[in-house]
Amino acid sequence: MERRQDDAAIASRTQAIVARLKPLEGPLLPILHDIQSEFGHVPQASLPVIAQELNLSRAEVHGVVSFYHDFREAPAGRHVIRLCRSEACQSMGGDALADRLLGLLGLDWHETSADGAVTVEPIYCLGLCATAPAAMLDGELIGRIDQETVADLARAVRA
Amino acid sequence: MPLIQEIDYGTPASASEKTVRLVIDGASVEVPEGTSIMRASMEAGIAIPKLCATDMVDAFGSCRLCLVEIEGRNGTPSSCTTPVAEGMVVHTQTGRLKDIRRGVMELYISDHPLDCLTCAANGDCELQDMAGAVGLREVRYGQDGDNHVKARQNGEANPRYLPKDESNPYFTYDPSKCIVCSRCVRACEEVQGTFALTIEGRGFDSRVSPGMHESFLASECVSCGACVQACPTATLTEKSVIEIGQPEHSVVTTCAYCGVGCSFKAEMRGQEVVRMVPWKDGKANRGHSCVKGRFAWGYATHKDRILNPMVREKITDPWREVGWDEAFAHVAKEFRRLQFQYGKGAIGGITSSRCTNEETFLVQKLVRAGFGNNNVDTCARVCHSPTGYGLGKAFGTSAGTQDFDSVEHTDVVILIGANPTDGHPVFASRLKKRLRQGAKLIVIDPRRIDLVRSAHIEASHHLPLKPGTNVAVLTALAHVIVTEDLFDEAFIRERCDWSEFEDWASFVADPANSPEATEAFTGVPASELRGAARLYARGGNGAIYYGLGVTEHSQGSTTVMAIANLAMATGNIGRPGVGVNPLRGQNNVQGACDMGSFPHELPGYRHISGSDVRDVFEKLWGVELNPEPGLRIPNMLDAAVDGSFRGIYIQGEDILQSDPDTKHVKAGLEAMECVVVHDLFLNETANCAHVFLPGSTFLEKDGTFTNAERRINRVRKVMTPKNGLSDWEVTLKLAQAMGLGWSYDHPSQIMDEIALTTPSFASVSYKLLEEKGSVQWPCNEARPEGTPVMHLDGFVRGRGKFIRTEYVATDERTGPRFPLLLTTGRILSQYNVGAQTRRTENVAWHAEDLLEIHPHDAEQRGIRDGDLVKLASRSGETALRAKITERVAPGVVYTTFHHPGTQANVITTDFTDWATNCPEYKVTAVQVSPSNGPTVWQEEYEAQAAQSRRIAAEEALEPAE
Repeated sequence: MERRQDDAAIASRTQAIVARLKPLEGPLLPILHDIQSEFGHVPQASLPVIAQELNLSRAEVHGVVSFYHDFREAPAGRHVIRLCRSEACQSMGGDALADRLLGLLGLDWHETSADGAVTVEPIYCLGLCATAPAAMLDGELIGRIDQETVADLARAVRA
Repeated sequence: MPLIQEIDYGTPASASEKTVRLVIDGASVEVPEGTSIMRASMEAGIAIPKLCATDMVDAFGSCRLCLVEIEGRNGTPSSCTTPVAEGMVVHTQTGRLKDIRRGVMELYISDHPLDCLTCAANGDCELQDMAGAVGLREVRYGQDGDNHVKARQNGEANPRYLPKDESNPYFTYDPSKCIVCSRCVRACEEVQGTFALTIEGRGFDSRVSPGMHESFLASECVSCGACVQACPTATLTEKSVIEIGQPEHSVVTTCAYCGVGCSFKAEMRGQEVVRMVPWKDGKANRGHSCVKGRFAWGYATHKDRILNPMVREKITDPWREVGWDEAFAHVAKEFRRLQFQYGKGAIGGITSSRCTNEETFLVQKLVRAGFGNNNVDTCARVCHSPTGYGLGKAFGTSAGTQDFDSVEHTDVVILIGANPTDGHPVFASRLKKRLRQGAKLIVIDPRRIDLVRSAHIEASHHLPLKPGTNVAVLTALAHVIVTEDLFDEAFIRERCDWSEFEDWASFVADPANSPEATEAFTGVPASELRGAARLYARGGNGAIYYGLGVTEHSQGSTTVMAIANLAMATGNIGRPGVGVNPLRGQNNVQGACDMGSFPHELPGYRHISGSDVRDVFEKLWGVELNPEPGLRIPNMLDAAVDGSFRGIYIQGEDILQSDPDTKHVKAGLEAMECVVVHDLFLNETANCAHVFLPGSTFLEKDGTFTNAERRINRVRKVMTPKNGLSDWEVTLKLAQAMGLGWSYDHPSQIMDEIALTTPSFASVSYKLLEEKGSVQWPCNEARPEGTPVMHLDGFVRGRGKFIRTEYVATDERTGPRFPLLLTTGRILSQYNVGAQTRRTENVAWHAEDLLEIHPHDAEQRGIRDGDLVKLASRSGETALRAKITERVAPGVVYTTFHHPGTQANVITTDFTDWATNCPEYKVTAVQVSPSNGPTVWQEEYEAQAAQSRRIAAEEALEPAE
């Protein structure tokens, strides 16, 4: 029963977002971004509502959402650390830093800590190849990370 | 006969008239501009390797196997996405291309199971073919790395592996075999137009996903089979192929479900159907299909089929199995006795809209020449008889004016009282394709049918009229067209009678017919209606498609004439993209009408009173024909109750379930002394029958069906009739038993007789059909190749006739006791009374009839979704489950009539169309209330039906109680 109420609430909040952004040309991505910022993720229950409003099939909306790793199925932790795993960062020692970070957090990629404090994710190129290895904490870019920065990051998200 | 292998050209044909010349592998090729290099090459007989391309969908360019080299251009472009250009020199096989292709194949195979020998696609796998074509000899990458093939790897579950989805009753989805070519996704979008599939994820995680990672059955999938047909591997495979194996021969035949008349290849293993695959050269369906034709043919071998003739004295007796000869002798004796005792007119026959033209022709011939009266009618009586009458009056022919290809040239479609996505799914897909290209749609229907709004389709105007007010709405449309000067004066002056037009125009221009005046009782907002009228009149090629929501009313014939008026007034007749198109319900309802199934008409719609027409048949048949029209179905039943009509031969129609006012039909049948039912199953009508003659399916006979576009399609026998005789042979032998000296060895001889006697069929022969595949009548000396579009240079009747269409409300009114209006229809997975589809896996989608009711009406009555409710009208009552939905407007409820347990026609009344007696199925005043069980009628009926279906031989085997 509670689940149904949740879904109904998600549907009505989704509807409001869709109503606002529908006039845009190609409104699906802006809508999904707003939904993610509203709920912290893109809830499954919002997809049929978007499909209905934009006159798309459920499959199409699912196809778009699942294509972008940025759209989450479940809420992330309070902090999100993203570590660049692309070629430039790997060549600058990114592998070791990644192992260290995961070790410090006790998490694997895409996992969220049990206390909900942090989610750690790989990312493929932050566009900071010149200052590799690079990372991102809660949307803020960090260049030239090293073992120390990694430890700082782990500490910061635990605080 | 070998397995028909259709050439896959890789990309769709270009419609351009300008041609381009190029050289491919040294061969000079000329093709229409816009053709892909791949297609041009295939047309020249050079097959370029490919995986993601197939000619049912647009080029995609993802598999990278079809690369070619073009002189003077850099790189290796994909041949599917590169259009031809004048003077181009293309090489499809070079050392460089061979290396690239092998490399690509290695990558594909590195993530594909190698169980080819035990794979269901073995013998029909494009991946395997391509591996052979490119000379794949090793796979350097192996299969031990990342893969989505193995369920477990290194002792652990493989997270990339997805198990098989077997939820759909007819096909399986095995993700481990998928090469992500997207052909299924594109077929679902471009061919079917449902958009039920997508590719989820990205990169190595990409998978085909029905809906939002749902099972096929739970997703939006309508099981049309387009994806299965498109799949190059065993990822999407018919369960029948998995069970049986690959077919070894195939025969082109015509589907026996709706009036679209799709052509299929029946792919066979001996006498067993392995699968039905839509035939790309089929001009009605162009290679597409729906769940019924593609998959729902299992009824042909269902255990319920009756295979031996049966006889009984009284309908309360159990059936007694007899031999064919005894059955024929019995019927002949009984019919002759009844005629001797009660007069010549005491017996009659009903032809079937599901049987072939040849079979229908024989039944009416039996009645006219053998019974000596004209008591012959057909189920078109209860569906499209007003079409015959209305279009006959206005244009001079009783048929749709266009072929289905015409929809590709339409700019504005008016859809009235038809629900093609359920009733005529393949036409709906073709219509949706055109709508996605930008054509506009106007829907006139009390319900919000799928075409009003569904993925990528949205009607410009939906006029949700109150059931029964069609004429008022159409006349209001005409009012706008006339008063706002939107009519096509030049067309009318040239093609019609101007003074008749003026008379009609003055009638429709009456302010009483304005949208503002009619809004009060039609419920259609005047502004919407005006918008719709302007769009139809000024939006380019305007076509009207309509269904039984037009005809099955007390003013059905008037509505058809109003439709004809609209088309003539706007000049939308006589070229591709326009016209008036009735969507015929049954596979051969057009043919049954053409073949003289009506009591007043000989084949070719010629009145029985015409002595010159009778003369043609009298000379050939050597009998004198009765010039008086015979009885219609309702009259036969009335006469039976009165005692003057005593016997009937019913071929392939279940009038007890399909005709309105079930109680009256039952009383009529029970009053007769010899009811002969000729059918596949012990249908509901057979409960009141004295003789049962087992019928044969469309797979078991030769013949022709005529679809809604007047297209005569061949039906070909692919298996021996399980009951021993094709239906035409049964009628033939019955006629012989009655002393008629008929002799036919093959249905082609019957067609020759039709051609000989019927001018519009004069040039039709099996030879011509073999040559052309199909032809559209009229097909005669004037038009030896048939007639795709009618009334090209002028109307068949001379000048088009404008007819005043005064709205007269039906006598069936809502009131305090019956405040809601019931309208009936059908659903995609079921067909008509369901005798066939209920005996297939299609019940997975629709296991029972449901009553659609608006949330407001439901709440007032305390009804929740899924509750059992009692549906009552002045005629009777039944119980069924409610489905709460906003598809119906407040005050309107809707149900289907597919299940005998529900018997929706117990509810419908005996009001009929004024001109043709077509029943008013679409309007019945009803009340709905909560219920806790079946009604008394349903219980009694069920008990009686069980009693009536007993067969003596079977009973003897059962242990005594």
